[in-house]
Amino acid sequence: MSPDSGPQRVRVTSPRTSAARARSVSIASEIDAQTRLGEVYITSLMRSQLRLALLVVAVLGLTLGALPLLFDLVPAVGRLAVAGIPLPWLLLSVVAFAEIWVLGWLYVRQAERNEATFSDLLDGR
Amino acid sequence: MNNAASIVAVVLVSVASLAVGAFGLRFSRTMSDFYVASRGVGPTLNASAISGEYLSAASFLGVAGLILARGVDMLWLPVGWTAGYLMLLVFVAAPLRRCGAYTLPDFAQLRLESLSARRVSSALVVAIGLLYLIPQFQGAGLTLRTLTGAPSWVGQVAVALVVCLNVLPGGMRSVTLVQAFHYWLKLVALLTPLFFLLGAASNGGGRATPAALDAAEWVEPLGREHALYLTYSLVVATFFGTMGLPHVVVRFYTNRDGRAARRTTLVVLALLGCFYLLPILYGVLGRLLAFDLVASGRTDSVVLELPSRVLEGPLAEGLTALLAAGAFAAFLSTSTGLVVSVAGVLSQDLFRWGGRPYHGIRAFRLSTVLTVGVAVMLTFISAGVPVAHAVELAFAVAASTFCPMLLLGIWWRGLTPVGAIAGLVVGGGLSMSAVVATTFGVDRDGWLGAVLSQPAAVTMPLAVATMVLVSLATPGRRPEHVAQTMVRLHAPEHISLNRGPFQPEH
Repeated sequence: MSPDSGPQRVRVTSPRTSAARARSVSIASEIDAQTRLGEVYITSLMRSQLRLALLVVAVLGLTLGALPLLFDLVPAVGRLAVAGIPLPWLLLSVVAFAEIWVLGWLYVRQAERNEATFSDLLDGR
Repeated sequence: MNNAASIVAVVLVSVASLAVGAFGLRFSRTMSDFYVASRGVGPTLNASAISGEYLSAASFLGVAGLILARGVDMLWLPVGWTAGYLMLLVFVAAPLRRCGAYTLPDFAQLRLESLSARRVSSALVVAIGLLYLIPQFQGAGLTLRTLTGAPSWVGQVAVALVVCLNVLPGGMRSVTLVQAFHYWLKLVALLTPLFFLLGAASNGGGRATPAALDAAEWVEPLGREHALYLTYSLVVATFFGTMGLPHVVVRFYTNRDGRAARRTTLVVLALLGCFYLLPILYGVLGRLLAFDLVASGRTDSVVLELPSRVLEGPLAEGLTALLAAGAFAAFLSTSTGLVVSVAGVLSQDLFRWGGRPYHGIRAFRLSTVLTVGVAVMLTFISAGVPVAHAVELAFAVAASTFCPMLLLGIWWRGLTPVGAIAGLVVGGGLSMSAVVATTFGVDRDGWLGAVLSQPAAVTMPLAVATMVLVSLATPGRRPEHVAQTMVRLHAPEHISLNRGPFQPEH
């Protein structure tokens, strides 16, 4: 792991690479030591994941969650029909379950990306 | 009529559950096997088990009955029960797995570093668990009575016995396999008769006479008084209650890591979405073919009665028996999961002395018998009380207690033990009062009645506000290791970091 383990080796790497390397060790230890910097890293991960979760909730709230209000304010919507099936029935069976799954799929994809970014950061890449 | 076939089906399901459980028993050796199957369960098996455990009597029988009786507004139940898993996915699935605790009280102790918070959580797990167990046992009694004419207590005691036999020898490992088996059994049990019923309905309704489908208050949303409040309160209870149910949360510890927990939940969303289309169709078919059940107040039995109304002879008997098997699987799987969770909490917190694994397993077995016994007794006591509502109320209590504790505990460093306990007491106290009031027939008109019958939209915000305000007032009581706990909850497992001293493995 450490670059100077071979005793006779002469280091010819550029100073920028070694600077990034040295730093990569320290982020994890900064987190372990609970310094301000370490806290900033963990907080940034939490923030990105929480922002993503709230985005999913907002999308669900503005579509599925707004349906009762819509039915209440514009009762005519509740009487519409698509291909012979009343619109509220269609929305609250097939469409709702499909939307929930798609939102879940998008969330999982983005949440894993956020974590990959975080661990790349700690690996110094 | 068709009692012989149905009895055989119910007995077969029980024996098959015990057999699958005994197969899993061979792997179950240590204490952590007992509780969470040593975390060696893959996402698909685990997702089937989660869905199998989650789809209770209310999903298998209740949804179709409620849709038959009350129409489109009741579609929010299956939608909410599925969306609850989306909320669980985005807010708690991965952090909860990463925290590495077995139960909700474990989580409370880990995050809040307070034994009092742990004890309050334990009491709430027992309360919610029992509240949810009663309708399962009563549903079992009702089903056997509908099918065979046997008194209600026969079905109740039968479910209680099979649950005990299932949990006592093998703990969670055997339960995981049994639950997964139950999901697919329930799906097949609803799907197969549906083909025949749809065929009969399109051929002019078989023996039954089609009733009018276009009653406005059934087809169009928001027909009842206070419907907008009731609908939104149901949405709050189901969307946010799922993550606070003790038997749901314990399942997430069987995932390999946080990433697997997320992927498992995604499979669960697909499995639930597929399943819930079926009871909705049964409700609509019931409206078409068995409308008289609304007048006689027996809408809960619509799923079981449809085949014998539409079809004839051995086909009808066979399909009814299949549905009976599915219904019994629903009671068995949900009550097994609840009993494991409640018994786990009881044995960890009531029998904490004696650290040796053998002693721990004995305590778990004792707690299992105790839990089932008390639940059966409560079921007998509340025999005359309407319980169709109890499942919704259990969700309301969970949404008003554990949901705020999990959300704030995972995403906000500022939550203090004092704030959490205050919120649990306020949310739990208010929602449980509403449960007691509606269960024992305090029937009020107007807004108070609406709030009492569907309390979540009022009690959950109150619980959140209490937790936040009391926590802000007691900043000095923040747990000492909260920074390490946040690292443990949120950092991916493959990064080696100091995640604090908490170690639940036995």
